[in-house]
This record gives sequence, structure tokens and C-alpha cells, in this order.
Amino acid sequence: MRFFSLDPDVKVLLPDGSTRGLMDYLWPSALLMLAALLLMISLFVPYWSMTMTAPQYPKGLKVDVYVNHLEGDMREIDELNHYLGMPPLDEGGRLERSISVIALVVLGLLLIAGVFIHNQWAGVLALPVLGFPFVFIADLWWILYAYGHSIDPTSALGGAIEPFTPPILGVGKVGQFGTVAQFEIGFYLTIAAVFAVLLGLWFHRAAYKPIVDARKRVKSSRSSMVSGQ
Amino acid sequence: MKKLLTVLLLLSTLLAACGRKSTATPAGGGLPADAAAVAAERGLTQDDIYAALKTYTPSGQLDPYIMIASGGQSGQVLVLGVPSMRILKVIGVFTPEPWQGYGFGGSGDKVLEEGYVDGKEIKWGDTHHPGLSETKGEYDGQFAFINDKANARLAVIDLRDFDTKQIIKNPNAIVDHGGTFVTPNTEYVVEGPQYATPIGWEYAPLAEYKDKYRGLITFWAFDRLKGRVDESKSFQIELPPYWQDLCDAGKAVSDGWVFCNSFNTELATGGAPDAPPFEAGTTKNDTDYLHIINWKKAEEVFQAGKAETINGMAVIRLQTAIDEGLLYFTPEPKSPHGSDVTPGGEYVVVGGKLDPHVTIYSFDKIQKAIAAGGFEKDQYGVPVIPLDQSMEAQVELGLGPLHTVYDDKGYAYTSLFLDSAVARWTLGGPYASKHPEQPWTLVQKLPVQYNIGHIAAAEGDTASPDGQYVVALNKWSIDRFANVGPLLPQNFQLVDISQTGDQMKVLYDLPIGMAEPHYAQIIKADKLKPFEVYPEVGWNPDTMSVDPNAVTEPAQARVERNGSTVEIWMVVVRSHYTPEIVEVNQGDHVIWHLTNIERQRDATHGFGLSGYNINLSLEPGEAQTVEFDATQPGTFAFFCTEFCSALHLEMAGYFLVKP
Repeated sequence: MRFFSLDPDVKVLLPDGSTRGLMDYLWPSALLMLAALLLMISLFVPYWSMTMTAPQYPKGLKVDVYVNHLEGDMREIDELNHYLGMPPLDEGGRLERSISVIALVVLGLLLIAGVFIHNQWAGVLALPVLGFPFVFIADLWWILYAYGHSIDPTSALGGAIEPFTPPILGVGKVGQFGTVAQFEIGFYLTIAAVFAVLLGLWFHRAAYKPIVDARKRVKSSRSSMVSGQ
Repeated sequence: MKKLLTVLLLLSTLLAACGRKSTATPAGGGLPADAAAVAAERGLTQDDIYAALKTYTPSGQLDPYIMIASGGQSGQVLVLGVPSMRILKVIGVFTPEPWQGYGFGGSGDKVLEEGYVDGKEIKWGDTHHPGLSETKGEYDGQFAFINDKANARLAVIDLRDFDTKQIIKNPNAIVDHGGTFVTPNTEYVVEGPQYATPIGWEYAPLAEYKDKYRGLITFWAFDRLKGRVDESKSFQIELPPYWQDLCDAGKAVSDGWVFCNSFNTELATGGAPDAPPFEAGTTKNDTDYLHIINWKKAEEVFQAGKAETINGMAVIRLQTAIDEGLLYFTPEPKSPHGSDVTPGGEYVVVGGKLDPHVTIYSFDKIQKAIAAGGFEKDQYGVPVIPLDQSMEAQVELGLGPLHTVYDDKGYAYTSLFLDSAVARWTLGGPYASKHPEQPWTLVQKLPVQYNIGHIAAAEGDTASPDGQYVVALNKWSIDRFANVGPLLPQNFQLVDISQTGDQMKVLYDLPIGMAEPHYAQIIKADKLKPFEVYPEVGWNPDTMSVDPNAVTEPAQARVERNGSTVEIWMVVVRSHYTPEIVEVNQGDHVIWHLTNIERQRDATHGFGLSGYNINLSLEPGEAQTVEFDATQPGTFAFFCTEFCSALHLEMAGYFLVKP
């Protein structure tokens, strides 16, 4: 089923004189732009969260991690963590958070550039986006590791709890607190963006490789004509 | 199209089914076997089981109603849940209350000082009639007012933090009773008098009772934005010394008027054993006077400058009140009690106390009679509307009718002191169509245990009562509770009024073993919007704004010395004070600012300072300042007095005073 149709009489004329439908060129552009859009939306929603539950916190304590800030019950968690001498949550990943918005905008612009660059360089420009979710996970793990290993042995309870790394996904336990860590919508948007980019690049190749090839053929036939003179 | 609709319908049903939380199966269809065994073992009747099910409130379930009750001689106010009848809070009002740190160094000290009489500390109060603030005759859940009968004082409680904000001493009365009653939009809080004295309670021999002794009704202007009574906009009206008792403000059709009963038109001055005692002297006449007061017109008279200033308070003289048409009387049978306006404002119900009837006055008839004029006057020249021109009906209820409250089904509920019963009876006029019975008839008398005084109903004195429950505030409990010695608790009895006819049932007995409360009001819980924690760190509960001396983080904590004044800015948070050690010299003046920077609900810290009579309750976000002279040399501990955390005992510090 076609949701919309382009004028079948409007065609793209390839250098070798063959023609192709407009639709073939719409897909890669649309998918790359969609991926850029998903990245931009992800700026406004959380990527990851940790929920802590304990008997005296019937509603639990939750922190939502966005690419550039934290939201939720950091104040109370910091209050509890000071017994372990741990730094405030807000001190984790400061550098990353300070550059994250610009970085994601740049990633988005690279994808948009891919719309206008009709050769294999489009794929190179899209590579950072493909790696982004994995960089996020690695960085988060590092922040959690550093955080869990910042227990001050001279603090009130510092001697009682071994250094630990809070789980990045799934359940854990610290003191009387059960923890549930999970990825949130923002992270899934970046995964969706990765798939959109992969699909977009596939269509991109399908659309523009014939042009590049045709151009090459034309070029080589011209040069052979020149050399033949 | 039809198919699509069917599909949508199916989908929505499915979604609804998914959305429903699966909880424990609600009980029904008979008691489970083990519960039946418990009932048999404890000898519980069917009625008992019904009562248990109506009141049992599982852990975590909240009450739909909150009762604000007088705390009697404790000088406090009680907050209870209905129907669970659990006591939720005791608010310190006229007397120091250590748990809330009220009167032990913090801002409560200033409030209590406002209540001093002629500069003298008053160590007790007798709270009588709470009055919730109203908008258009409905409780709005913003403020509660209460009077202290013992010393003629009024207090304002802010329901954002359930904290007493103001005490105001009546400058011209030393004792009151008929407070507090609010006008329909809380323009005024009415404080009625009781035992007549010369104005300003100056000395005058009882031989001059008729000429010098007076009653005074006070209209305290309430400034809602400031949350305080504004004395400069308040006024009083001088009344004959008739021992006015209880009042109620008219509403809707009778808005602008106040009605007060009285019980010593005999002008008895006692004097037993040489003269008849008050109990005989004040009950001689067959009727006393219901006072009908036009407060809107009185406000105009006051604003027109026709009041005298006595002890800083504007007083409209009795003669002015008569001349300006502010005051009328109408007879009320024998030593009346209570004066309760119906929800629509059409009628005023007065209990007979020593007469088995309640007398119902029609506001419409009163207005017609006032318009017609030509009355007899009483001995002070106040026009008296004859009973047949003001009365709508009388209903015989039984012995000792006192107070009346209302429900949503056109019933009135009157406490019968001597009969120890709650009488349900029907209203007439616009209420007649709401109930199945004849208007103005007694429907049921439900025995209560024992000697009921006031009665409270769910939103029962508002423009739209809820029904469901009344609470009998019984003065005696005799055999209801285990013997705890010769001073017995009072008995708050919850009564189910949800069904029509003679189906009222007693549901629950709550012993009140700390004083003898008087009136109570019951407000829908969802009308109250109290803070969970103070809205910002550094909140001063006195000014209801951030305190300039609040410290919001430990880095700002410090001690500064300026001559012999030591000023401390202290941060309070689990489980430590910053700074922890404070050292001063004997004789230093100490100004100690404390801020609880917690944002977690219930993370309250105390601040107790041994030897200096200081104890604060610092609720999350709260800032307080304590000021004192370090007169006692020595080593003192200060420490958290509200169990806050696993390291609560470690939350402490030293206050060293060098000799």
C-alpha cells in the first residue's frame, strides 16, 4: 500500500542516460533526517534511571539521567550517601553533561550533511551516531564505577560497605535499599536512530552508488574517447 | 463504520480491564470463617460487626474527614481522622507544647507572649469553639480559629502547617464563651461574651451590676493574606449584661447577621448563701433573649466613626447600637443554649436546655417584624420582637436540648444533655422535601454515653452539610473505659447517620484523656492542602516566607562574635549540626539561627539545649532563631530531640560557657 505517491513522470536522469524514480532518493534523506530528529528529541527525555526502594521510602527514590542533567530525588540520595562519604550525584559526568547538547547537535548536523553528500563520505559522517549509544553505556558504567568506589573510609558508615559498582541494568542491593536500573526512552531513541541511520545508509548506497558508478563510466568513456583521438 | 465502533468498544473494554489494578479481593457475601470465630469469641453482635467495618481503617488508608476539636483546659487543639477516630495531632495554642517546640525558645514564644494579660504570663487556656475559615459559607481549609474562654483570647492556626500564628487578647473582656464563629467569607471572626464585667474588667461593686456591667461581642477583622487578625479594623458592640453564650453567623439569606443566645436576663448577681445562687437566679425567668445583631450595618456604623475607643479597641455603645438598629431581641425559652443557623440561612435553632423544645426562628419573619417596627423595649431600651412574630416552629425533643447540627437530608441533630441522647428531627420549609417524614418532628433519639455537650457533623454547620457522620462530644464516660482513677476521660462517640429514619447507630468510642473538649468541626480531608515539607529551605513559619538568617548549605554555617553578642548560623541535617561546638563566655548574648535543610518528608530534627529550657522542632525546611543570655556557666550538650536517623543519638554538640 502506498501512503502517497510521487509524480511518476518526474524522474531522476542518471549521467549514463538511465532514469530512476524519485522515491529511491527520498528514503535515504528521510531516514537520515529522522535519525537526526530522534537524537534531538532524546535531549528532552531521560536516558537512564535508577530507582531505590527501602521500607521508609514507600514511594521509592528515583533519579532520571538526561544527557545534560539529573532529575528526581538526588537531594535525598546525596543526603543518605553522605554517610558513606560519597560525593553528590551531581558531580558525576560533569564534563560529559556540559558538552552533550552541542555534541548531539553536531551528530545531528553530520547526519543532515549526509543528506547532501551523495557518496561514501555520508557513511563516514554517520559513524559517530552509530557509536553513540555504546559510548553512552561505557561512560555511564565508568561514572557508576567511580561513584561506587568513592566511599570514604573515615565517613560514618564508610567502613561498613565495600566499594561496589551499581548495576547499569537490572536489580541490585545496597544496605536496606533495593535498586532497579533501567534504560529510559532517550536511550531507546538513540538505538532507533542507529537503525534509522543503518537503513538510511543502505538506501543511500542503493540510490547514489549507481550515480557514482555511472559518473565513473561516463568519465572513463570520455577519457577513452580523449585518449582515442 | 459500525464494525469500527464495535472494534473500538472492544478495545476500550480490554484496555479498561488491563488498567484495573488487581488488589486483594474485597470481602463480601458473609464473614470468613475465622472472622466469624473471632466475633463469636468476643461476643460481638451484628451491630458491632457493622460498626467495626464502618470504622476500621487499614494501615495506609486515609480518613475522608478531618475533625478539628477543641482541646479544652489543655489550651490546645486536637486534629482527628473520621471515621477512624484516630488522633493525628495535638496543636499547641494557648499553652507551651514541647514536641512542637512551641514556647521553648522559637517563634512560638512571641505568639504566646501576645496572649499575656496585662503583661502577666498566662499558663493555661480553655479552648472552646474551633471555627474553620469559610468562603461562601463553606469551609475552605485555610485557617482555624479558637477562643480561650478562660482569658478571653483568640488564636489563629494556619492550616498550611497546622501551626498557631497569632494569639490576640481581648482588651475589654476577661472571659468569653461564644467564640469562634466566622462570617460566611471570614470577614470577621466573632467572639461572643459570657460572664459580664465592667468594660476592661475594671473594678465595680456588684450593686452596680445593672449600670456598670456589660456584655461585649467582638468582631475580629481577619486579613486572609497576612493570615492575621487586624485589630485596627475590628470592633465591639456593647450589650446588656445578660451572659450571652453561643453565637452563629447567618449565611445566604441571613448573611450580614449574627445570632447569640443569653441566659441571665434576670441580672442575677449570685451571692449564696445570703442570696439565691447563680444557678437559681439565672434560671428564674421563663424566657431569655436571643440577640439578633446586624453586623453589616454595625460595620458601617464603625467605619462612620460612631464607635468609642476603649483600651485601643473600637466599641459601639449600646445606645448607638439601639439607635442605629443594630440590635434586636426576641424571647427564647428557659436558659437556652446553642444558636445554630440552618444550611440555607433561613432559620436559627435554639436549644431549650431547661425546656424540652428546640425553638426555630424564621429569619424572614424576623425581618418582616423589624420592618413593621413598634416593639416593646427591654430594660436597656433594646427592641424586643414578640415570640409569635419571630418563631417558625417548636419541636419537643426531650430533656436538655443544647446544640444543633445538620445533614444533607433535611435532618437536624440536637444534643440532649439530660437525656444523654442525640435527637434526629426534621426541618420544614425548603428542607421538607428532602426527608420522608413530616416537617418539624422528632424522628429518633439515640442514647449516647454520657451527658453529651456539643455535637459535630461532617461539614455540619456549613452551607452544604455532608451527612454520613456526627460525633457526640460526651462530657462523662463513667463505665465506658477501663478505670484509670477518679479523673475520667471524655468520650467522643462516632454516630452513623448515613441512613434515613430511625437508623442512627453508635459506631465508635474514643476516650479523650487530656482535657475536656467543647466544640469540634469536621471538614472534608481533601479541602486541606497542608505542606508536606516547608516549601523552601529556610522557611520561617512565623512570616511564612524565607528567613533572611536562614542558611541553606553547610558552607554558610558560621559563628560570629560582635562585642559580647555571639551570633550562630547553624545548619541542621541528618545526622549532624554544623557547627557542632559552640563556645561563648558567661554573660554573652547568644543569637542562634538554625535551619533544617532537609527536603525529605518527616525528616524533622529537634534542637534541645540542656539547662537553658530550649527545645525546637525544626521541620524539613524550617528556620528558627533562639535568643538568650548565657547566664549559666558550664558544659552543656545540645542534641536532636526527634528521632531522625540511625545516627540520631550521634546528632549532638557541645555548648561551652566559659565562666
